[in-house]
Amino acid sequence: MLKSEDKIFKNLYNDLGWEIDKAIKRNDWKDTKNIISKGRDWIINEVKTSELRGRGGAGFSTGLKWSFAPKEVGSRPHYLVINADESEPGTCKDRDILRFEPQKLIEGCLIAGYTVNAHVCYIYIRGEYHNEGIRLQEAIDQAYKKKYLGKNACGSGWDFDIHIHYGAGAYICGEETALLESIEGNKGQPRLKPPFPALVGLYGCPTIVNNVETIAVVPTILRRGGKWFASIGKPKNTGTKIFCISGNVNFPCNVEEEMGISLKELIEKHAGGVIGGWENLQAVIPGGSSMPLLSKKICETITMDFDSLIKNKSGLGTAGIVVINKQQDIVACMARIARFYKHESCGQCTPCREGAGWMWRILDRVVKRKATLSDIDLLSDVTKQIEGHTICAFGEGSAWPVQGLLRHFRKEIESRCREEPLIKKKINNPYLVDQHLLDNKNA
Amino acid sequence: MSLKKVHDVQPKEFKFTEENLNKVEEILKRYPDKNKKSAVMPFLYLAQKQNNNWIPLAAMKYIANYLSMPYISVYEVATFYTMYNLAPVGKYFVQVCTTSPCLIRGADKIVKICKEKISPNENEISKKGSCSWMEVECLGACVNGPMMQINNDYYEDLNEKNTKEILESLIKDKPLKSGSYRGRKNTAPEKKQTINGENHA
Repeated sequence: MLKSEDKIFKNLYNDLGWEIDKAIKRNDWKDTKNIISKGRDWIINEVKTSELRGRGGAGFSTGLKWSFAPKEVGSRPHYLVINADESEPGTCKDRDILRFEPQKLIEGCLIAGYTVNAHVCYIYIRGEYHNEGIRLQEAIDQAYKKKYLGKNACGSGWDFDIHIHYGAGAYICGEETALLESIEGNKGQPRLKPPFPALVGLYGCPTIVNNVETIAVVPTILRRGGKWFASIGKPKNTGTKIFCISGNVNFPCNVEEEMGISLKELIEKHAGGVIGGWENLQAVIPGGSSMPLLSKKICETITMDFDSLIKNKSGLGTAGIVVINKQQDIVACMARIARFYKHESCGQCTPCREGAGWMWRILDRVVKRKATLSDIDLLSDVTKQIEGHTICAFGEGSAWPVQGLLRHFRKEIESRCREEPLIKKKINNPYLVDQHLLDNKNA
Repeated sequence: MSLKKVHDVQPKEFKFTEENLNKVEEILKRYPDKNKKSAVMPFLYLAQKQNNNWIPLAAMKYIANYLSMPYISVYEVATFYTMYNLAPVGKYFVQVCTTSPCLIRGADKIVKICKEKISPNENEISKKGSCSWMEVECLGACVNGPMMQINNDYYEDLNEKNTKEILESLIKDKPLKSGSYRGRKNTAPEKKQTINGENHA
């Protein structure tokens, strides 16, 4: 259990006020000038010591990412881009940071911007977070007024500007290269990597893209030392993390806890337990909808950190925990997630564009008890055809939850399917390239 | 990939108002001189706001001219992103989140009430009052589910009873307040527990 003095986001529920004066009382912007004066190498080293891993889903080492930015600025300027396009079902942590702890993010932007030699930072907020964007803009204006941003930001000698760019309802823009495309004024379709954004990113310039939560914890890490952060949690899975606990729990909530806390403790102590008691638990999605679900048996003992979840063929992702109890139809739940991916596929790679629709239609047939047993193998095959055959990780994100369902609930699915009929009726399943057009309901 | 239909009745002309032209200049300052194209998304938002929450084709042509980019590139952006409405929506535009975390807390009931109170079909402007509704994907307020977004505001922690009240208030043109409808503070758990003598979330 995380001690209250080790909490980074003390104003997660807005008990203390979001305004800059109140944030300063919570030690935001304390010694920022001093931290920056220690130099880039010291900052990167300290972040490396803290073993901070990116909070956006992939869990890549933040210090390492920053060290990929070219050391000297060449003919092209460097950019810092903050990914606030939080759209993963089950995740709503960045929203609270934007609303209630904006100064932590802004201070983090300045430090990160200085470290990667960027004078300009774009914060890409999803369009639906309109009010959160207005709040962040107010916070940015307050920081400008205090001379924490702008020319010679915070007395550090570094010029730094932050601009907000709104998305417009495309989940795929949470993928870093799609996000860059979107800022450039194109439709958000991911780019092939390499080259990685650290070398060729926004407008073809070196760009570092980080998640909101990652950047927002950096100032506290630098103030209290990388060793302090590394002492919380487990080795290689250090520090604190905001968990979003939604679904069938008594008190759904966001809560900051240490990495590696047990899932059972998290649900029982913070979210008031599963509705109908622990025994009524059916499955848990541990890291946002892209991560495969866990069966109850695994939930008993699992700890919430990157490595233990990977061992159990899932992942921490964004730490959006969706609890599903036995009153829910698990197949319908996953069919809805498959529909989400069908809707959000950007359409660039064929396996994903077509496969996401296939998975949804097959799962929908299972829900309606119209599927045959051979459909299950077909479904499993489709997931394998998508996985690894797309430009970005969206393919994996859409295929993994279905694979998780097949892994843990195959019997349940089989019980809803019937044998292949002896006399085959001709089923009029549309088999066209633009088959989305046919299901009018979602067109 | 979203599929949207462009409205069949289109205004012939579109121009930014004086006020918006000032805003446009402010927006352009955010991006490097060589990359004015970046402003297309904020411009489309501005056009949508000016034109009763939907974007006519004339606005796309106007923006394309303004940013000296091909019309089709603006069209491409406007049709790719779901938040650009290419046909009129209600004065109160209700978007119900129906993705799994909200669904398992009863988003389907909210949809049913929308069908009863507003219109049986999505994206259809209601007869009484000017509301329209649609199902959308995750709105990023999962611990406050089920929830809906009305214009820019989030209405959270809904149940059937208060959804009805909210929708009725829209029809009467006196919208109720946004926020949590179970009276809790933002995303805090409703009952804080005391562990080891101190309050824990």
